[in-house]
Amino acid sequence: MKKITSILAAVAIIAVSAFTTEGGYKVGDKVADFKLKNIDDKMVSMADYKDAKGIIVVFTCNHCPFAKKYESRIMDLDKKYKSKGFPVVAISPNDPSLVAEDSFENMQKLAKEKGYSFPYLFDETQNTAKEYGATKTPHVYLLKKENGAYIVKYIGAIDDNADDGAAVKEKYVENAITNILANKPVTPDNIKAIGCGIKWKKS
Amino acid sequence: MKILLNIGLLSCLLSFVCLSKKVEVVNYTQLQKQAESKTNDTLYVVNFWATWCKPCVQEMPFFEEAASKFSSQKVKIIYVSLNSLKELPAVEKHIEAKNIQNHVFLLNAGNPNDWVDKIDKTWSGSIPATIMYKGGKKVFFKEGEFTQEEINSVITNKNQNK
Repeated sequence: MKKITSILAAVAIIAVSAFTTEGGYKVGDKVADFKLKNIDDKMVSMADYKDAKGIIVVFTCNHCPFAKKYESRIMDLDKKYKSKGFPVVAISPNDPSLVAEDSFENMQKLAKEKGYSFPYLFDETQNTAKEYGATKTPHVYLLKKENGAYIVKYIGAIDDNADDGAAVKEKYVENAITNILANKPVTPDNIKAIGCGIKWKKS
Repeated sequence: MKILLNIGLLSCLLSFVCLSKKVEVVNYTQLQKQAESKTNDTLYVVNFWATWCKPCVQEMPFFEEAASKFSSQKVKIIYVSLNSLKELPAVEKHIEAKNIQNHVFLLNAGNPNDWVDKIDKTWSGSIPATIMYKGGKKVFFKEGEFTQEEINSVITNKNQNK
């Protein structure tokens, strides 16, 4: 009986949060493909990743100090998981007319400087960020390929310590991938973090 | 040790700056207790910001202006910095340089996932974010920045609702 009540409570909580959060993808949702310009001027889609088991989509940007704290950790994720079938795809959604540091040219510069081993895409229309429901940088959506479709398995923070990579206790994205690779459910599947709000175009 | 503390306190009392510009470091429980204890009819406007957050820094003068505009009414502006503890000197320098008059807390936050939802379920964690309390109850929440007109009008509106 106790089990049933806790399950009911969990369902109620999920139902409430589903109604109180804003639009965008939730865990379990199937995502639509995008086609965005990479720093090498070529267009990139999820469909290009024929052999991937999933994709680590990271909304990030040049200027945000919080995103900067995670730059090298995003690079590490790609190094560690690309070979395991989960490459990183970074997307910058900010309007450069509001933050010059986030211009396409500056994205190219940063990626070159840092030696990004993954695409760094410019979401010029901001439609992809809106579709996902991304609100800040960095903001991770971990996708798993199931029967040819990409399904959201985890949303949120990379880990539990933005300031100090060495003091991290929970590596949320890594744990999620480990669980997926072991055919286990992903828990937790949603972790909130602080970040810089996406700089939306002024309408 | 005690002498040191007294000297610190004394120099603090002597210097007006120290009293008006001090940043109080709190954890989430302490912050929550502060919020819960304010059950009077004052409207508390709590703004989450950080020195590294450009739109936050841009909107701070609007909150300062609102504080003076509503100074004869029961409205209190409180800033909660989400800078890390090691950035405390930068926070102090910032409020000094920008002459911020209203109270500033620094939330020594731990894992934001533990408290972001408790402040507001719809908050994704991006800043700026502003929450208003009255009579110990949450009466307003917004993730995103304000213009001067917007903040004035929300305060006017929430302050009228008894």
